[in-house]
Amino acid sequence: MNSSTELKELFIKQFHSFENTLNGEKELPLHQIRKDAIKKFSALSFPSIKDEEWKYTNINPLLSKRFKPADSIPEIDPEFINKYLFDKKEFVTLVFVNGYFSKEFSESDSLPKGLILETISEAIKKHPELVLTYFSKSASSEKNIFTALNTAFANHGTFIFVEENAIIEKPIQILYVTKADDIFVSPRNFFLVNKNAQVKIIETYAGFGDRSYFTNQVTEFVINDYAVVEHVRIQDEQLHAFHISTLSVALEKSTNFSSYNINFGGSFVRNNVNAKFNGGFAECRLNGLYVTEGSQFVDNHTSIDHAKANCLSSELYKGILNDSSRGVFNGKVFVRQDAQKTNAYQQNKNILLSNDAIVNTKPQLEIFADDVKCSHGATVGQLDKDQLFYLKARGIQEKEAKAILIYAFASDVVHSISILQVRDRLESLLAEKLL
Amino acid sequence: MIEIKNLHANIDGREILKGINLTVNKGEVHAIMGPNGSGKSTLAQVIAGREDYEVTKGEILFNGKNLLELPAENRACEGIFLAFQYPVEIPGVSNTTLLKNALNSIRKYRGEDELDAMEFLSLVKKKMSLVELSEDLLRRSVNEGFSGGEKKRNEIFQMAVLQPKLAILDETDSGLDIDALRIVANGVTKLKSPENATIVVTHYQRLLNYIIPDFVHVLYDGKIIKSGDKSLALELENKGYDWVIEEAAELV
Repeated sequence: MNSSTELKELFIKQFHSFENTLNGEKELPLHQIRKDAIKKFSALSFPSIKDEEWKYTNINPLLSKRFKPADSIPEIDPEFINKYLFDKKEFVTLVFVNGYFSKEFSESDSLPKGLILETISEAIKKHPELVLTYFSKSASSEKNIFTALNTAFANHGTFIFVEENAIIEKPIQILYVTKADDIFVSPRNFFLVNKNAQVKIIETYAGFGDRSYFTNQVTEFVINDYAVVEHVRIQDEQLHAFHISTLSVALEKSTNFSSYNINFGGSFVRNNVNAKFNGGFAECRLNGLYVTEGSQFVDNHTSIDHAKANCLSSELYKGILNDSSRGVFNGKVFVRQDAQKTNAYQQNKNILLSNDAIVNTKPQLEIFADDVKCSHGATVGQLDKDQLFYLKARGIQEKEAKAILIYAFASDVVHSISILQVRDRLESLLAEKLL
Repeated sequence: MIEIKNLHANIDGREILKGINLTVNKGEVHAIMGPNGSGKSTLAQVIAGREDYEVTKGEILFNGKNLLELPAENRACEGIFLAFQYPVEIPGVSNTTLLKNALNSIRKYRGEDELDAMEFLSLVKKKMSLVELSEDLLRRSVNEGFSGGEKKRNEIFQMAVLQPKLAILDETDSGLDIDALRIVANGVTKLKSPENATIVVTHYQRLLNYIIPDFVHVLYDGKIIKSGDKSLALELENKGYDWVIEEAAELV
């Protein structure tokens, strides 16, 4: 038996043990979804580099690991949690430790009007009809084995429901912290934003401890007509961590979605970002940043599906790679035959700070409509020599001059985040890493 | 202040400077003129420390120090300032970031205390008026979206803040309308003191109506072929460069 099938069987065995701990919850409709998902999981295979979507992403390091499901909340230093949190007075705060909701660190008692916020397992009990209409629809377990695995173990995570016309001023921060103890966690988020509503959500993933762990995460967004959503995702996992995520976004008519996908941590990271226009006149902005060092590996696969006419997508992913770290960017934009008047722009820019750093980048446009404006491009380079000389000619030492330029390159991505505290924090994190 | 002796420099294996000799003393203004392609900008860049050029022969002494041994940043710290012909745009780096880092780097190099935010701000505000720039420029990215005139004024503004011992103005007049030229030239003139020196590199004489040179040198084919006082600039304006080139050819 090879390590791939061995690991699959282990996960399936673990699913059955997990099932036995659920007791009465086994009767709830969510469990049927889980059971369907584990069936799909067992029918699918783990990808290899022979799969086009995983061509540059070798998951063997993951396959050789044996993780057990997280089953308890560990001791945790509040300082560590606080490092990642924004002002609790100005944010709705949810904290999960090892996948479990932590009431102690969260602050979600008095919610703004128009906002329903629950853990997934509570939501399914209290609002089954809301959840089941959409849950697991846009992030499908059909083809993606990791989504199937996440769905099978879906128990912890966040359910957000924003009522029609509700404008939620307070941003919602969700922090997932994991103790590196050879465990795996499966955070599952489901965000439903109704007509004409507005919300800002920040997800952060972090870990502590010396061993390894595996975060296998899925977030689904359903954004209904005229709604406006800003989504910041900060991945700052501990440096031995495996992290695989899928962000799946369904955009209805005249919606506006901005995503910031910021990656600092992890030993092996794969993010899938899939956005689909189900209605016209919508806008989707995908921004991404990856800053890697040592032997880190970070892969971002994005896809934007212009299924309807008159939509705009604009994508900017930037990478700064040091030491022998490696990055992968694959950005697909589909413009369907009926999607006339589409505007689609995509850019991937990388700076390599060492001779051993590697990036594989592949921007892809597939256009079937004829009245569209599309562009894409990718650059991999070093710092601009003229800019560097200019700074040095003003008396700035080479090391500082380089840091200033790298910081400027990176901070550009977080510049348009509207939540000031988040932008400031990211800018100072970048300064800490790069200056 | 600066002594350039038999300076030869190549780029991509091609010799551009073919034996430059030039001495500039404290308090002096030197103009270096010459037709396009004669090596004027190369000389400016080599003094500033651009690494694309390879110095094959000769030396540059700056207040007794061997300049060619210093990297560009330390030449700037020693007091050399190059006002660029084509100031580069640096998106994402504000003018404040540039100036604050530059000023404090230079101060540190000289063993002086770094300026705090308040001291820095009051200094730059004072200097801004010199070239008639508005304060919002400080928050803007370096040269990004600046007009040609704004870029050149920004160079002089930086010079005012950094207070170099030797300023080299590389074609600072190119692309300027008459008002911008006046503002830039006034700025330079006000910054002049008996303690510092200026090298003005220019193709045309018109900047020298405002910045009066003590010496004028004609650079041609990598060599200084004629030197004189400010009247030489006027003569060049009237008669062109050909007569100097011919005169030099006869001497060989």
